[in-house]
Amino acid sequence: MSSITASVPSSKAMRSGASLRRSRRWALYASYFFLILFAIFFLAPPYYMIVTALKTDGEMAKLATNPWFIYDGVTLDQFRILLKNTDFLIYFKNTAIVTVCVVAITMVVSVLAAFALGRMRFWGSSMLATGIFLTYLVPDTLLFIPMFQIVKTLGLLNSYWGMVLVYPTLTVPFCTWIMIGYFQSIPKELDEAALIDGAGHMQMLLKIFVPVALPGIIAAMIFAFTVSWAAFVYPMAFLYSSDQQVLTVGTVTSLIRGDVYKWGMLMAGALLAAAPPLVIYAFLMDYYIAGLTAGATKG
Amino acid sequence: MADTVQTWGSTVPGKATAKPNRMQKFLRRRSTIAFLMCLPLILIIVCLVIYPAFYSIYLSMLNKAQTRFIGLGNFTFLMSRDTFWMVVQQSTIFALTAVFFKALIGLITAHLVNNLPAKGQRKWRGMLLVPWVIPLALSTLGWWWMFDPTNSAFNYTLRSLGFDGIPWLSDPYWARFSVILVNVWYGAPFFLIMYLAALKSVPEQLYEAASIDGASAWQKFVHITLPMMRNIIAITVLFSMIVTFANFDIVQIMTAGGPRNMTHMFATYAFLLGIRSGDLPLGAATSLFMFPILAIAAVFILRGVRKRGREIG
Repeated sequence: MSSITASVPSSKAMRSGASLRRSRRWALYASYFFLILFAIFFLAPPYYMIVTALKTDGEMAKLATNPWFIYDGVTLDQFRILLKNTDFLIYFKNTAIVTVCVVAITMVVSVLAAFALGRMRFWGSSMLATGIFLTYLVPDTLLFIPMFQIVKTLGLLNSYWGMVLVYPTLTVPFCTWIMIGYFQSIPKELDEAALIDGAGHMQMLLKIFVPVALPGIIAAMIFAFTVSWAAFVYPMAFLYSSDQQVLTVGTVTSLIRGDVYKWGMLMAGALLAAAPPLVIYAFLMDYYIAGLTAGATKG
Repeated sequence: MADTVQTWGSTVPGKATAKPNRMQKFLRRRSTIAFLMCLPLILIIVCLVIYPAFYSIYLSMLNKAQTRFIGLGNFTFLMSRDTFWMVVQQSTIFALTAVFFKALIGLITAHLVNNLPAKGQRKWRGMLLVPWVIPLALSTLGWWWMFDPTNSAFNYTLRSLGFDGIPWLSDPYWARFSVILVNVWYGAPFFLIMYLAALKSVPEQLYEAASIDGASAWQKFVHITLPMMRNIIAITVLFSMIVTFANFDIVQIMTAGGPRNMTHMFATYAFLLGIRSGDLPLGAATSLFMFPILAIAAVFILRGVRKRGREIG
């Protein structure tokens, strides 16, 4: 009796287990199939940019061949023309200077502020934290016109130092916000121990909090880097001469001359300009993603 | 940390008041230090965000030469123009459609990636996030080239499949479609990452319990996944609404507002009026029209983030 009742459900369970496994496998195949479709959608533009940048101008002019592939051989001519005949390297240098300065300013300002806001409550500190979050939500396109006037008054119009001045408004609020979260997640015992040992606040910050919160600091740095590398509205509005231009605007506007678009060279420029963020992403993907998701989950 | 110091202060008041109030002094010094540490940040926010915001309101009430105060003249002028109402319409269509499709694609791809074995997920996630990592201005340039009518990718492919080429950027409606498509392409990976993180935080036991009760995959999605993710979906959608509504790069690069001004957004229209035509006050007035919509979204995001913060603890 007991053996019968035991055997019936067990065989049933086995059968349903097998079908479950089969349906799981089909779900997996379907997932792969649709993911490949989405990957084609997401990666087609960068792929096409690469293909274009590696083609000769002659092949580009031919309308008969399939533009998605290279038939006449791979060439680096487009990159050579770009680096030799255009101001691309000047843009690159300007962008690098601006970005390094902005990242440095952002990190100093936001680590100090986040430490104060995350670990030492003071009058108005929660209001300030809310204010920082709201500032983060202010898009650059809301304030670029009054900013134009301010930058002009300061004599920084058409100078990349003007960018060093205004970019921190885009980077500091978010970096401070995620750093507050990271600092708050550090156990209280750590700073109590440091206080007992007689450490000052700055010592505590530099010797204990910065090393412990290093993942957060790297995530914030990556954020500041990508934002100031990719910024477009402010340089578009404030910079107009070639020697002061940055990469995004320089590639999109100054490399286009006359009616004939040199697409191969333009794509080579776009790829080189996009390379630093992509390289950082390739090596530090986990930090990148941690920074991305922290904005909505920490707080 | 702050709490512990305060409790020390309250439990030993006798000692502290008897001797030269060291605890209180320490506290005072502490908040002074904290304030000093925040000072650079406060300066940046006050000088480069709050001051420009108020200056923008003042600027928008001047005439073009900035010599005369004309009150709400710029705003009434804008509201009397058909182009302005087209900008309002296009910005709304752009933001709503783009955010809807970004959220939808993000949700679908997040589920697909989550279905994979754990080992492969990282690779797929890394690949699918690439559009978000390329600076938008540069990838838009690539899209522009793909949209090229005579000589390029999409129309070649369409023609070889036997269709006619599409005037992607020269026909106003196709141009609207194209700028939205690029925005969806750029923004969907962000939703993918956010939703994937949210999916991982749903406790596995809930699904197991539902399986035992015989719930179908769709029922699990509607009754477990969606409620658990509701907050994060709301935050990302509202956040993306702000960013999308205020978008500048895509339209400026691909169409510069044309054809027939039909793809202009608030940002590009403000750029045209304020910087290109040199009427800063009118441009400032145009971007100020974005403010109420952004403010409403911001309030709701803040509520969502606070709630989520409390849920996580």
